[in-house]
Amino acid sequence: MSFAVAVPQSHPVHGNRLANREPLWVRWTLITLALLFLLGFLVMPLAVVFTQAFSKGLTVYTSAILESNALAAIRLTLLVAAISVPLNLVFGLCAAWSIAKFDFPGKSVLITLIDLPFSVSPVVAGLIYVLMFGLQGWFGGWLSEHDIKLIFAVPGIVMATIFVTFPFVARELIPLMQAQGTDEEEAAIVLGASGWQTFWRVTLPNIKWGLLYGVILSNARAMGEFGAVSVVSGHIRGLTNTMPLHVEILYNEYNSAAAFAVASLLALLALVTLALKSFLEWRLHASVSPQDDN
Amino acid sequence: MSIQIRNITKNFGNFSALKGVSFDIKPGELVALLGPSGCGKTTLLRIIAGLDSPDGGQILFHGEDATQRHVREREVGFVFQHYALFRHMTVFENIAFGLRVRPKATRPSNGAIKEKVTRLLKLVQLEWLADRYPPQLSGGQRQRIALARALAVEPKVLLLDEPFGALDAKVRKDLRRWLRNLHDELHVTSVFVTHDQEEALEVADRIVVMNQGQVEQIGAPDDVYEHPATPFVYQFLGDVNLFHGRVDEGWAKIGETDIRLPEIDHDQAERALFFVRPHEIEVSRNGNGASGIAAYVRDIRRYGAVVRLELERADGDGFVEAVLSRDEFKANTVSKGDEVVLQPKRIKVFPQSAGQEVMDYVI
Amino acid sequence: MSLLRKHSVLPGFNLTMGFTLLYLSLIVLIPLSATFIKTTSLGWGGFWQVITTPRVLASYRLTFSAALLGAGINTVFGLLVAWVLVRYDFFGKKIIDAIVDLPFALPTAVAGISLATIYSPKGWIGQMFAPLGIKIAYTPLGVVVALTFIGLPFVVRTVQPVLEEFEVELEEAAASLGATRLQTFLKVIFPTVWPALLTGFALAFARAVGEYGSVIFIAGNIPMVSEITPLLIITKLEQYDYAGATALASSMLIVSFILLLAINVLQWWGQHRHSKR
Repeated sequence: MSFAVAVPQSHPVHGNRLANREPLWVRWTLITLALLFLLGFLVMPLAVVFTQAFSKGLTVYTSAILESNALAAIRLTLLVAAISVPLNLVFGLCAAWSIAKFDFPGKSVLITLIDLPFSVSPVVAGLIYVLMFGLQGWFGGWLSEHDIKLIFAVPGIVMATIFVTFPFVARELIPLMQAQGTDEEEAAIVLGASGWQTFWRVTLPNIKWGLLYGVILSNARAMGEFGAVSVVSGHIRGLTNTMPLHVEILYNEYNSAAAFAVASLLALLALVTLALKSFLEWRLHASVSPQDDN
Repeated sequence: MSIQIRNITKNFGNFSALKGVSFDIKPGELVALLGPSGCGKTTLLRIIAGLDSPDGGQILFHGEDATQRHVREREVGFVFQHYALFRHMTVFENIAFGLRVRPKATRPSNGAIKEKVTRLLKLVQLEWLADRYPPQLSGGQRQRIALARALAVEPKVLLLDEPFGALDAKVRKDLRRWLRNLHDELHVTSVFVTHDQEEALEVADRIVVMNQGQVEQIGAPDDVYEHPATPFVYQFLGDVNLFHGRVDEGWAKIGETDIRLPEIDHDQAERALFFVRPHEIEVSRNGNGASGIAAYVRDIRRYGAVVRLELERADGDGFVEAVLSRDEFKANTVSKGDEVVLQPKRIKVFPQSAGQEVMDYVI
Repeated sequence: MSLLRKHSVLPGFNLTMGFTLLYLSLIVLIPLSATFIKTTSLGWGGFWQVITTPRVLASYRLTFSAALLGAGINTVFGLLVAWVLVRYDFFGKKIIDAIVDLPFALPTAVAGISLATIYSPKGWIGQMFAPLGIKIAYTPLGVVVALTFIGLPFVVRTVQPVLEEFEVELEEAAASLGATRLQTFLKVIFPTVWPALLTGFALAFARAVGEYGSVIFIAGNIPMVSEITPLLIITKLEQYDYAGATALASSMLIVSFILLLAINVLQWWGQHRHSKR
């Protein structure tokens, strides 16, 4: 005998419950304070990029972007991201597979080590490669004998970028794959799938949104990195200048409109990143709690 | 303290959770709000507490309108379904909370607080847990601490939301008895919400049966169980067989069968619902000349002291369940596939035109 | 390694673990240890001499105090922003929620030049403070502004989920026991939130200590006054003082490791307190 009736969520989950309500003036004071803080620290810095970029008119804006050194910087930035993001993606997948799907001692130490680049100053991140491969560095003599230039050249920029974006994909995937467990993969193996088939048909579909999330964040950092790249780049216009470094040079030459014009492209990248991130968070939420309750 | 509930309504969007609920609670009474999930009982409890506000109607405490009074000023103790103990405080501090947050002028001294908390811990028989933290307690212990915490502020009314809902069956039975004894000791006006009829029947002084935002029946447990006012109450309290049929000048017509009900003297024939409890059906073999509802035995199951028969009506109009004691079954053995005759010992008749009017008929 | 792990039917452990360890060593572990090995060539005395010159000490003072201040501001306002986002409804809330992550997504150089523009005496905000005789950009205050910007999401994003998961019944229980809203916040909500708040503070602080890009444009970079330690490393590098730069880098790495350890301990404690005692 069942009298169960379909009931809509009968109580709002937060905030609006009668007993937990602050007086209206308290609520509005808090909202106003929070918004003012965000206005001064987030909204204005974002808005000023665009107002400054167009302050001298559209022609100055377009010529600043289409100028040959600017185009070279854009090309280099895209190249660096195109190398470093896939490498870190492969690493992230390997690390997450071995850490999330298997048990072994020292796991938490390994996770901490993977997170390490986040807590290292970008300047130090650049410096360590100068110490390895620069003229005075460990391999400096050997490299110069064989006429190989890594530092103050593109390879150095790529290495520094890989370092600062190292953890993004891995740290996104590890908790996700741990939460999903190994049941589905084991089921696939029992049903006769090979390791690759299991990965492509079972694991990857389950983690695709988390993977994309890590890639988006990793890409934003790769294209926007300044400190680490600045140390290893050598600032050679048209050759080893990425977009952020180009912005710096223009700004220091008091060519503010042009600096902000190039900066506006990076700001757009940030906005697209935020939009994608919000979308992916929504999808991720759905993929972690799929068929829980009705 | 007495509570009057006057025509309370509450909507959540398009869903009306309470459709004009009114009843009174006498001082010192222990009342159960009983109903299936979604019937509005918890919403009503939260409105009494002041945790939700009604869309219409009034709540009177001791004759005074308390509808607009904040939960802080209502002097109610509320025990939440999942206890809502503060996990960063010890059991002692949880119980002391309500005393410590009082304004300086009325706040008891530390010594007085200690004494009171110790007394309450003794009352709930958990003195030895004073320094523990909530996550270290069992469900039953948490429930009792939550109760002690609510009692510490000496509430005029104690409100409990599904107090035993999250506990396993054995603990539940112990706590029920314990709560009943505690109430007899303290005599504070108490209301508790439950969907478990057994719980309501065993613990409460009076039961308010609710369904779809309305009160179906109010009465003492025996009263409600023995004389259900509506088909809903009949079905909600215990197992029951339902027959569709007609009443006609002293006869009940169920399918092909006529059963004599001499006291029913309706002028005209009309459709009716008949309810029969499984243990109030006599099962006899066909051929002793008895008149009744013909059926086939489809399944026989023995549970402890009783035997449960699943029977299919010969006219194909559904299944009937009968419960016999082992002795009854031995005296009148049937086996699977036998054709039998069912004779209700007691029928509850709900003629359709009569609305809520009910006839209880013992044959 | 494969001997140590428990048996599993899933394949690929040796391959993926091998690649993980190789990549981690090449990109992170070997270069980082190279820095420390290089530092040892200075000797203890040399190392100490480099990291205690007045200019370096001044840069430490600025870097740590500005990072502390920035993280402190973020703790207060981060809690406020998280609270407002979780508890209240207002127009544009979804967009505000998304934009909180801007400092993660906006390149630091862009943040640096736009903050410098806004907080300069002629900028949108700077001009409000100029008549009061307060200069923000090109002073240590500017450093605080930049470090507040880059640390902003940390506190909000660590506190927000804790507030979201907070059981409203606990607040209702407190109210039914007679507590005022303020008492409920101080005695019931805050004790639950504060481990997350502390973790957010530590994360923001750790990030701020190493920050370079957003700071140098707004700081003014005057030696002894508004010069941060990462900038000093670059200055030494440009003067081909590799030993000095390395020594400074090592000192910063040590600080980073200590902070990382502290954060891990904090997070562990936040999850495990009260669960056993």
